[in-house]
Amino acid sequence: MAQILDIKELKKKAVGIRKDVLKMLTMAGSGHTGGSLSIVEILIVLYYREMRNDPKAPKWPGRDRFLLSKGHACPALYAVLAEKGYFNKEDLWGLRKLGSKLQGHPQIGLAGIEISSGSLGQGLSIANGMALAARLDKSDTRIYCLMGDGETNEGQVWEAAMTASHYKLDSLCAIIDYNKLQIDGFCCEVKDMGAYLDKWKDFGWNVIETDGHDIEKLINAFDKAKTVKGIPTVIVAHTIKGKGVSFVENKVEWHGIAPKKEEYEKAVKELDEELKKI
Amino acid sequence: MSETKYKMIPTRDGFGHGLVELGKVNKDVVVLSADLTESTRANWFKKEFPDRFFGLGVAEQDMIGVAAGFALMGKTPFACTFGVFASGRAWDQIRVSVAYMNLNVKIVGTHGGISVGPDGATHQALEEISLMRILPNMTMIVPCDALEAKKATISAANHKGPVYIRLGRSGAPVITKEEDVFKIGKASLLKDGKDVTIFACGTMVYESLMACETLSKEGINARLINMHTPKPIDKDCIIKAAKETGAVVTAEEHTIAGGLGSAISEVLAENCPVPIKFVGVRDKFGQSGEPEELFEYFGLKAKNIVQAAKDAIAMKR
Repeated sequence: MAQILDIKELKKKAVGIRKDVLKMLTMAGSGHTGGSLSIVEILIVLYYREMRNDPKAPKWPGRDRFLLSKGHACPALYAVLAEKGYFNKEDLWGLRKLGSKLQGHPQIGLAGIEISSGSLGQGLSIANGMALAARLDKSDTRIYCLMGDGETNEGQVWEAAMTASHYKLDSLCAIIDYNKLQIDGFCCEVKDMGAYLDKWKDFGWNVIETDGHDIEKLINAFDKAKTVKGIPTVIVAHTIKGKGVSFVENKVEWHGIAPKKEEYEKAVKELDEELKKI
Repeated sequence: MSETKYKMIPTRDGFGHGLVELGKVNKDVVVLSADLTESTRANWFKKEFPDRFFGLGVAEQDMIGVAAGFALMGKTPFACTFGVFASGRAWDQIRVSVAYMNLNVKIVGTHGGISVGPDGATHQALEEISLMRILPNMTMIVPCDALEAKKATISAANHKGPVYIRLGRSGAPVITKEEDVFKIGKASLLKDGKDVTIFACGTMVYESLMACETLSKEGINARLINMHTPKPIDKDCIIKAAKETGAVVTAEEHTIAGGLGSAISEVLAENCPVPIKFVGVRDKFGQSGEPEELFEYFGLKAKNIVQAAKDAIAMKR
């Protein structure tokens, strides 16, 4: 069961996770820095407040499921899972190395990882299948699926969005890491998705807009999602790509690169300052 | 098909019956369809078990993902659509969401091959064996008749891991018997022989049977093996047959690039190289026409197998 930590402790956790993510990426020498840093608070709230899970029994059938559809952001998920005790923190430093269970994109077989992902746009369909299966079994398991905003360029996401609303999958909660950047540039320049929130509404979803770095607001959003029956909910979480490190924030070029040693040290200094302010 | 003493039943019907039988005994079996519920015969299951049937609309990629989700929750999903869409349209979903995770998802592609007939090339799947057998963890089955399709369906549900079953639209002669044993990965010997071995799958098993009759009249004693599982392929059976007969013909209603013939020649090239001739579609799309006309046009008739067998035997010397 989730440990109940207060907001201040959760904020501190977020800084710690960011430091772990940066260390992992620096040691790996490659990986996705921007999109990992933007989802930290979302993961913290899910794993420490929202979901029913047990790191000592990762396959407990009654658990809530978290699907990281934007698989490239796995360093943040790995760091949170290690912090929760799903596996040893030491394993984090083997990220992307030959023989490591911490693959460059997530693969099932590592405790706490519910799906293999990395080819974008596939998670929401899997979440649909899980929610339908849970309904068949009369289980109250909830399914959470985190996608990137760029990821929702994929047509399959909208096939899945229609399925979820058609089957009234209210045990399903999608989260969009709405950081407005993708590999080639700003989302609106690469492929303008127009009135983004309206799109989800038109597809039959309950839409909750929130600040994806504000822990209290995220907790409220997830609480609200649970009360809405008969339709699926999407939480569109406004985030900053590269959040927490000044020279990474909102920088397109930091999508798919890892910090160099000096950059890592500079980033940690910034995060330690941040920690003092909490 | 030309006149035959056999009963004509499409393999998709055998699948439909197998699914209903499974539904009765296995509560974990669920069926998904991408708007082709009647054509794939999934409607027979839907009628009996409406709570375990899920229509996904014209959305094959989503369907495969939904199937993966069901499998991750302990269910045994059968995802049904035409072969072109099942294997091609949703290939990356099968690769990442099914095969990579080694999930217990069964993919059923009906309307395989040119026997689809007048619908033409977009609806005539000629690539499923190639597309599926290159995926690690995947099992690929091509039943030769409705009875075998029913057995394959039930075996697939009892097999742990991803399975693709390729079925046909048109009536196909029922050449196997109720009591014949079907085992995934174990080829079945239909006729023994010493001069040449014909490996066939799907509709081409019947054509090969006819070819064997002709060859026999001409004094050629051909061995016929029903290769219903192109993956995992029965290596021992292939090597043994090549050693004992010294020449091989493969026959498939499918492109020869990467298909059954390729799978067999991979085994032979490494273990027992012998002369080999391929009967199949050669680097072409299908087209509209009656199945019978198309078999003739693409050179997939018994007479083509006869010629291939003679050519292979001639190459022995």
